[in-house]
Amino acid sequence: MSLAGKIGLFFVVAWLLAAIFGPSIAPHPVGAVVSPDVFGAFSSAYPLGTDYLGRDMLSRILYGSRFTIGLALVAAICASVTGTTIALVAATAGGWVDELISRLMDALISIPSKMLALVMVAAFGSSVGLLILTAAVSYTPGAFRIARSLAVNVRTLEYVLAARARGERLPYVGVVEILPNMVNPMLADFGLRFVFVVLLLSGMSFLGLGVQPPDADLGSLVRENISGLFEGAPAVVVPAIAIATLTVSVNLLIDSFSGRTGRVAEN
Amino acid sequence: MAEARALASPRRFAVPARWRGTIAWLVANRLASGALTLVIVSMVIFVITGWLPGDAAQEALGQSATPETIAALRAQYGLDKPPHIRYLHWLQGLLTGNLGQSFTANLPVTELIAGRLPKSLLLAAVTAAVSVPIALTIGILSAMWRGRALDRALNLATLSMVAVPEFLVATIAVLVFAVKLQWLPALSNAVDVSTPAQFVRTYAMPVLTLCFVVIAQMARMTRAAVIDQLSASYVEMAVLKGARPARVALRHALPNAIGPIANAVALSLSYLLGGVVIVETIFNYPGLASLMVDAVTNRDMPMVQACAMIFCFAYLLLVLIADLVAILSNPRLRHR
Repeated sequence: MSLAGKIGLFFVVAWLLAAIFGPSIAPHPVGAVVSPDVFGAFSSAYPLGTDYLGRDMLSRILYGSRFTIGLALVAAICASVTGTTIALVAATAGGWVDELISRLMDALISIPSKMLALVMVAAFGSSVGLLILTAAVSYTPGAFRIARSLAVNVRTLEYVLAARARGERLPYVGVVEILPNMVNPMLADFGLRFVFVVLLLSGMSFLGLGVQPPDADLGSLVRENISGLFEGAPAVVVPAIAIATLTVSVNLLIDSFSGRTGRVAEN
Repeated sequence: MAEARALASPRRFAVPARWRGTIAWLVANRLASGALTLVIVSMVIFVITGWLPGDAAQEALGQSATPETIAALRAQYGLDKPPHIRYLHWLQGLLTGNLGQSFTANLPVTELIAGRLPKSLLLAAVTAAVSVPIALTIGILSAMWRGRALDRALNLATLSMVAVPEFLVATIAVLVFAVKLQWLPALSNAVDVSTPAQFVRTYAMPVLTLCFVVIAQMARMTRAAVIDQLSASYVEMAVLKGARPARVALRHALPNAIGPIANAVALSLSYLLGGVVIVETIFNYPGLASLMVDAVTNRDMPMVQACAMIFCFAYLLLVLIADLVAILSNPRLRHR
């Protein structure tokens, strides 16, 4: 594995651990006002400074990473699984079913994810469930498109033809014959979906339309401390850098595995 | 990718076989499917935003509303009619430029949008003008030196840049240029841009932020397009006859890569649509995207619908241009 890949792996593992164990290793409770000093600088007591109310930024970020990573994982899994399942149905059934599903997905892909998210939040208000649903719906067509092109390629291989010739049912052909041969590229694609969802949801939270107070993901942390920007407070930049280390390291890790390109596959 | 999509979806209409596969046929086919997609997109947006029609009137009138006033307002907005009638009515409004009344500002949506749209287009145009030359240079250099140290460094840089959230770039830009160096104002209200200096002061940071991701994206796609050409056999021929690497890349490969590169440029520019939402908000830039974010916050549905349609239309248009360029620049199709 390349050096960049190792760095990526290190940060990905570190963030996963932070998301899982964050609340137990956080030095302070998430909502506790611990310092009289608002927008405090880096210090030994508060390694990442303090926020606009004097809360410990390190603790806020550890708790926030749980939201960011948790929401994105659930949404990305939903998108990848749904996209792959529909793609298998389309590819194994073929004919007009394939044509209809592909057409519909082509139309859905034409709504930029941020637009869909804005419209959904405008209509239904923001909640954790809605955010997951929106992100999953946004990125399902992209996963479908990749999975379908993989499945269509595998479909024409001889062992699949052999399975069909001996009279296997379509679900069997899809799940037992085709699926195992597209797992690796779909895992790489899942990593990309995860990055897109993190960027989408933290962007929505940054606009104040994502995770709602008192809960806060990393995007919300940037938003709530934005007034500290003009005094150069670390509280604004640190959560934004936290998001970047997460997304960039996932990208580096995927790239070292598969040589796939970054955001090219978005939508 | 886009080309494959356009070419791989033959629609089976009753047309003479000799028409199929011609450029005119492919272009007409692509235009028709674009129009169909636009209709489906409008339906999706309308279904989502029109789901709770009573809410909109209730929201507009607030707590003091009586059932009678709500009913009156619903009738005024046409919310008492069945959904498909409302959809057709809305569609007609979209086509004739009558987008209804903003709930919060109490002004015609068209009027509010007309004030903001040119500013967003200007921002996009400046970003495109800055990002395209830089991205093409990076992409072509990477492709020429593929596998070498420069290419690997650029690959790592662009790979990281595409995953950086816009608000990180924006906040760091503000910290460096507005807070520490104090060269630029932190907000871009775009009130007075009559002199070139003011123009630069207003646009420097929003454009810088938008360029960051777009350049990375476009450079990666350009690199892929040029490498695709460099691996063709006519390039091998040029190398074998002794042409220098720069000449092979610029004289032989590049002219053939122009189609795929233009395709990459159009697709990459569609990423502006997502970035502009964040950038206009953070710099307080009075464009269409910040208008839409305000409308979403206030749940001003006619405004949200109109802005969403404009953004989706712009996105579809860019993807359409990318596909059409791919079709028109394919030399195999040119002499059918």
